[in-house]
Amino acid sequence: MTNVPAHCLLSFMDHISSPPPLSHASHAPHAWEQEPIAGSPPRLRAQAIGSAVVAPTDITLQAGQCLVVDGPSGAGKTRLLRLLADLDEGQGEAWLDGQARSAMPAPQWRRQVLYQAAEPAWWEATVMAHFPADQHERAVTLAQRLALGEDRLHADLAQLSTGERQRAALVRSLLMQPLVFLLDEPTSALDAANVARVEDLLRDAMSQGMALLLVTHAQEQARRLGNGTLQVVRRSAP
Amino acid sequence: MTALPLSATDLAMSAILVLVNAVASLALGLQIHRSLLVAALRMVAQLLLVGLALRWILSNQSPWLTALAVLLMIAAAAREVASRSRKPLAGSAGLRISTVVVGTASMLTVALALATALRPDPWYDPRYAIPLMGIVLGSVLNSASIALDAFLTGASSSAAVIEARLALGAGRGQALRAPLMAAIRSGMLPVINQMSAAGIITLPGIMTGQVLAGMDALAAAKYQILLMFILAGASGLAAFGAATLAMLRLTDGRQRLRLDRLRR
Repeated sequence: MTNVPAHCLLSFMDHISSPPPLSHASHAPHAWEQEPIAGSPPRLRAQAIGSAVVAPTDITLQAGQCLVVDGPSGAGKTRLLRLLADLDEGQGEAWLDGQARSAMPAPQWRRQVLYQAAEPAWWEATVMAHFPADQHERAVTLAQRLALGEDRLHADLAQLSTGERQRAALVRSLLMQPLVFLLDEPTSALDAANVARVEDLLRDAMSQGMALLLVTHAQEQARRLGNGTLQVVRRSAP
Repeated sequence: MTALPLSATDLAMSAILVLVNAVASLALGLQIHRSLLVAALRMVAQLLLVGLALRWILSNQSPWLTALAVLLMIAAAAREVASRSRKPLAGSAGLRISTVVVGTASMLTVALALATALRPDPWYDPRYAIPLMGIVLGSVLNSASIALDAFLTGASSSAAVIEARLALGAGRGQALRAPLMAAIRSGMLPVINQMSAAGIITLPGIMTGQVLAGMDALAAAKYQILLMFILAGASGLAAFGAATLAMLRLTDGRQRLRLDRLRR
């Protein structure tokens, strides 16, 4: 990734009353918070989340909603997801169901605000070896919904195709039952039928309250899943 | 115990072997005669200087002089450990870690040996403290530098796996367990090999030296056994300390992997 300062502008289509300012040169956090539901904080709120690469960004995401992170390659979409997962150093604060990120240990935050990389890494010999024994049953059920047979979960990972590994990574992440799922290019290696299966599974998880931040290059997918778009734009050179 | 004294002629005779090698290198075009001769000259100068310095320190019997010599030896070893990594830490972190590790591991084990098994009078008698420190530092230097290098290269080459585990909510101990264990194991390997080969494949240097210097072979063997245990303890401490401190340095308070803390 290039070290270009990114300029993020948020257009939360359903909830925006006034257009966001285009300049972040002197940052003043701007709030496009939707009408708060009485008594319940949003599932995810981020205020002035930023780093040397990502310009300060505000996000408000309710349970069951999907925000599509859009922008050209190199704009900092992955960086933004990593920042939200607290995998990269940066400024700003985030809240999960009103609980501040800084007030909880990082691993506890990451289990609930879970980031899945575009090319997920594996460290055991098989997919199944990554899961504790008491989760094997659920893993098989989840995998079947993605047309991934149980034998594939026990096969040597080197034998799996890129698409199979991509679906297996989704199983691994969803087993953690994240409250916010930060998903980077989950279907880049999948055919149409499997894309539909993945979207079905994600929609199910969202109907149970999971919020989704999705990086995708597929416009169709963005339209099918997204409730709004977070536009990450590369800041043009002065 | 008496050693057969060596004369300058004896040394000159053995130096012929090095010259033969240099001539062979010239004849065969191996291009190593130069470095061979330089290394041989360095060795002669260094050992003679150390001999002179040691003779001076031994005749003085001053605890301060002994302490100064020990500190200098530790500093030299720590610098060597820090400079041997292929992927060194940025800034002075590598030097800080190796100073702590080398200092702690060597002083603890030497102090233990002086307080229990050897008990010279006074305990800081440089005749015991300095040679013991020297041999312990050799071992500590080896273990610490191997463990440090193995951890830093291991962690940076498996960054994707470490970050995947962190992203799934693992703590740094869990996410970095594999490179940490591999590094400690690598650091311990030399001393394990040394112990299992001792006496069968190699006759350890100390024992050889003592037998040559006229000590009873069994007494020399007992000394060697004691030393091996001390070395094993020091190596273990050094490997564990170097890898663990490097692990802490390569992560931060929010348990992120901080490869930006490696030198670019």
